Amino acid sequence: MENTKEIDTSQSNAVRLRWVFGFILLLALLIPWLDQTYYTKLVSRIAVFAIAAVSLDLIVGFAGRVSLGHAAFFGLGVYSVGILGQFGVSHIGLVIPIALVVAAVMGCFIGAISLRSSGLYFIFITLAFSQMIFFVAQGLRMFGGDDGFRLPLATVWIDGVDLSQPRVLAYTMVAILILVVYVAHRLMGSNFGRVVLASRDNARKVNSLGLRPYPYQLSLFTISACMCALGGVGFANLNEYVSPASISWVQSGEFLFMVILGSAGTLLGPILGAATFVCLEQLLSAWTEYWMFYLGIILMLRVLFLKTGLLGLMTKGSH
Amino acid sequence: MKPLPLLETVKIVKTFGALVVTDQVSLNVFPGELHALIGPNGAGKSTLINQITGELDVNSGEIFFEQQLINSLSVPDRTRLGLSRAYQVPQLFGSMTVAEHLVMAQIADQDLGFSMWKKCASLQSLNTSQKRILEQVGLLHLASKPTSALAHGEKRQLELAICLSSSAKLLILDEPLAGLGPVESAQMIELLRTLKSQFGILLVEHDMDAVFSLADRISVLVNGAVIASGTVEEIKNDPLVKSAYLGDELEIF
Repeated sequence: MENTKEIDTSQSNAVRLRWVFGFILLLALLIPWLDQTYYTKLVSRIAVFAIAAVSLDLIVGFAGRVSLGHAAFFGLGVYSVGILGQFGVSHIGLVIPIALVVAAVMGCFIGAISLRSSGLYFIFITLAFSQMIFFVAQGLRMFGGDDGFRLPLATVWIDGVDLSQPRVLAYTMVAILILVVYVAHRLMGSNFGRVVLASRDNARKVNSLGLRPYPYQLSLFTISACMCALGGVGFANLNEYVSPASISWVQSGEFLFMVILGSAGTLLGPILGAATFVCLEQLLSAWTEYWMFYLGIILMLRVLFLKTGLLGLMTKGSH
Repeated sequence: MKPLPLLETVKIVKTFGALVVTDQVSLNVFPGELHALIGPNGAGKSTLINQITGELDVNSGEIFFEQQLINSLSVPDRTRLGLSRAYQVPQLFGSMTVAEHLVMAQIADQDLGFSMWKKCASLQSLNTSQKRILEQVGLLHLASKPTSALAHGEKRQLELAICLSSSAKLLILDEPLAGLGPVESAQMIELLRTLKSQFGILLVEHDMDAVFSLADRISVLVNGAVIASGTVEEIKNDPLVKSAYLGDELEIF
């Protein structure tokens, strides 16, 4: 009797994961079918932000700490593409590993300091670090200063196939998103994920069981930073521009918005959140200059009326 | 030859400002022994336990575990040496089921937390000793329930189950009987009796029937100081204890 119940919940988890992949796959299939640059770019934009939102959700939803500095890692990805491009390096096999290493080093450093705190202090320390990186980027005169610079070279797969082509970019970013979600799913389903969740629920008890939460949280933070930088690599190619705005705290806030809108602590939630955010941004900004105002109202409605976010709205009844 | 104590505190002192909450407490627990710590509310029992487990620093004095000085060790390090604590207020993981708590305890005990890719164990893969532990504490039928669905007494039983699924040598149990009904209480007392052969136990408990039937030795803590320590008979007949703590309660014996 009890056993069947357990099987049911693990099955519904599997069903939910199939939902995630079904949703992503559907996106990927829509692109060539439509073959319209605007929509193809829209899908790329969703995928880019979804990658960042999933990476942030690992910290917000699974580790239970609100980071207001994830744009720093996003921006490191953006600037990696731009700066490497200035030096003539544009092959994806070099750009992505370098972006990952840069993000890992900074993620480990920022995480090592910020994870010593929690709650409000964690929010402010992550914010402070991202602002520091923001101002460093603004001060890089040879790399555009506060105006930023045009991306000199799009990231290249092979000669003639590069991320300046909307369909190539869309496929690449969707593929990276699937990879990111899969890695996140494996991580959170493993012993490591258990320890992360336990540390979120009750750090005192984890200590008492004989484990320090810190190394686990730091590993997760570093992984999350790397994932977020992958989004940044796509963002630079999407805009064909490198700007400090991608590191600003407003960008961090938007990521947080997507996570909360969708549903924190799930993997599909942030993707739904990112998709909704990008679509609303397009629709509302075509209609009014003050689209952020309406976005704010939507977030308020979500917080007041949807306990488990958009994801809860979509999977109601299956729980 | 007399066996060496598992746990030994030597004149430990803890003060909060001018308030002395632990006053030169020396006590020890031998392997296979149940040492009960009793005392009125506010006597400093939980503070003393927090110092032994490492959640609080001592101001002075020494704490030894198997002859090793552990004063400067962190909570996880002390747990790794073989010290396991069940909290007075159950400390559980809100998002996990009963079975998942045992899985988590095993991950911690065997230091398997950095397995990052393989799926972690589930209820189906609980091993027989984990199932036996759940049966012993009376929670097997609730194995798939989330902690939010547990009654207060059941949360305590789970606290104990978590302790038992570690490779601890010393159990520190902070009022394991509080909140249990009479039937569960009797079962828990029987369970503690069987556990005595496997572990050293430091038991804090208000239920005097349980303490007198289980304890090999009793120490009485009043205002942070041990005013008496001895066998059940010695404590029952100690005039100081009678006046300071047991009062009328003892007349039933």
